[in-house]
Amino acid sequence: MNTEPISPESGSKKFLEKLKTMEVDVHSCYQCGRCSAGCPVSEFFDLNVMEVVRLAAYGAEERLLTSKTIWLCAACETCASRCPNDIEIAGLMDVLRELALRKGIRPAEERIAIFHDCFLGSIKHWGRAYEVGMIGAYKLRSRDFMGDMKLGLDMFKKGKLSLKPHSIQGKSEIRQIFSGKGKEYER
Amino acid sequence: MKLSYYPGCSLQGTALDYDKSVREVCAALDIDLLEIPDWNCCGASSAHMTNHEIGNRLPMRNLLLNLDHRHDILVPCAACYQRLRAADIALREDPEFWDVEAYSPDFRILHISTFLAEPEIIARIQEKIIRNLDDLPIACYYGCLSLRPPKVTGARNFEMPTTLETIVEALGAAPVRWAHRTECCSGSLTMARPDIARKLVGDINTAARRGGAKAFVTDCPMCQANLESRQLDNNPDDSLPAFFATELIVAAMNGVYPQKQKKLHLVRPDVLADLFTAQEAAGEERP
Ligand code: SF4
Ligand code: SF4
Repeated sequence: MNTEPISPESGSKKFLEKLKTMEVDVHSCYQCGRCSAGCPVSEFFDLNVMEVVRLAAYGAEERLLTSKTIWLCAACETCASRCPNDIEIAGLMDVLRELALRKGIRPAEERIAIFHDCFLGSIKHWGRAYEVGMIGAYKLRSRDFMGDMKLGLDMFKKGKLSLKPHSIQGKSEIRQIFSGKGKEYER
Repeated sequence: MKLSYYPGCSLQGTALDYDKSVREVCAALDIDLLEIPDWNCCGASSAHMTNHEIGNRLPMRNLLLNLDHRHDILVPCAACYQRLRAADIALREDPEFWDVEAYSPDFRILHISTFLAEPEIIARIQEKIIRNLDDLPIACYYGCLSLRPPKVTGARNFEMPTTLETIVEALGAAPVRWAHRTECCSGSLTMARPDIARKLVGDINTAARRGGAKAFVTDCPMCQANLESRQLDNNPDDSLPAFFATELIVAAMNGVYPQKQKKLHLVRPDVLADLFTAQEAAGEERP
């Protein structure tokens, strides 16, 4: 069996190595389109799902990391659940987002990246998600001050948003996780 | 029966009433829920979407905390369920990689509606019902994370699930046939891209009404909030309330739908509230 990448161009070898260690077998894709057909967000994408998989097989890292698609993907797992070749497509999207962040590439959908970061920031701090703090941080950083104001107030009036964070005892363990436990081995 | 309980962050915030209803149903069924002590956030979608290590290590800490008493873990939130299952698989495969000496516990991670839809639990629920839901036409909405990917969730029927239908049928409601039961509502994008959420929720709403539904039932706290809020953005007149499965069970068990509960919905839940008042007015004792 030919195990050479199917790329017509010279793609990033390091990137293809990474996919191999993450067990994302992009080379088995035969472009049937099932992933793209079922993707609920595809009309908002700049690269459709099967294009992402093919470009990944080409090692075309830069185009992928600067795309909107990797941020707009909702991680619904429809594509991966249906792929006849069992390719971890949603896992591929995870790898791409993480790589984009590590490389400091400005996310093509900045607000979405800020949202994820604010959500994680609140877990890092308290051990549990603290909605009000997270929303506040998101609003400040994204400068999306007006969006969902009414919704926020309605939720607050219904007692669905607590002003008090839920803090846990084991915060030092959580800090350790966030400080890069495991990454010592560069994975 | 004793179960470990992992409520997750949503059930302490926007879905506090979901937590109450889960506890109430379990109490009625003589199931002791032992909350995992000092549990932490599972990281939800944001963690695994942007950081593989953190996305695994956060849910893993909760599993390791459960090693002490080893009961099966009941999980009401679809996102928490998927993350805990993924972490469980990763830990079993290679504990050393995750700096754990050994990991092969015999506890299971149970998703709420899969658990409640088991025949013996359904039978016990039926024994406790004092009012039925009068053929209320309802759209069972599963969303994504309790089903997909099936390798992780263990969902037997991930394209055509039936657990919610089984539950609401047992309560005397009438699940409608409709198309979007397992479509994504884009909960993970709803704050940053409400326009996308409005589109997807709009499609879900259209499909449910086309099926003849007067309400949704779900078991996912993000779906519940996203469905109600984005429907209202689109069109308040067409919006359908979204109930939690356990909320319906509690209502049928108690034979009332309290005003307090009614107020927690963004979309007015009159279809359910009126049904109980109508039954009262007719003075019927329903099985
Ligand atoms: S479903 Fe799988 S094989 Fe088909 S195009 Fe998508 S990634 Fe390729
Ligand atoms: S996981 Fe992402 S790419 Fe795959 S179907 Fe869902 S939104 Fe589309």
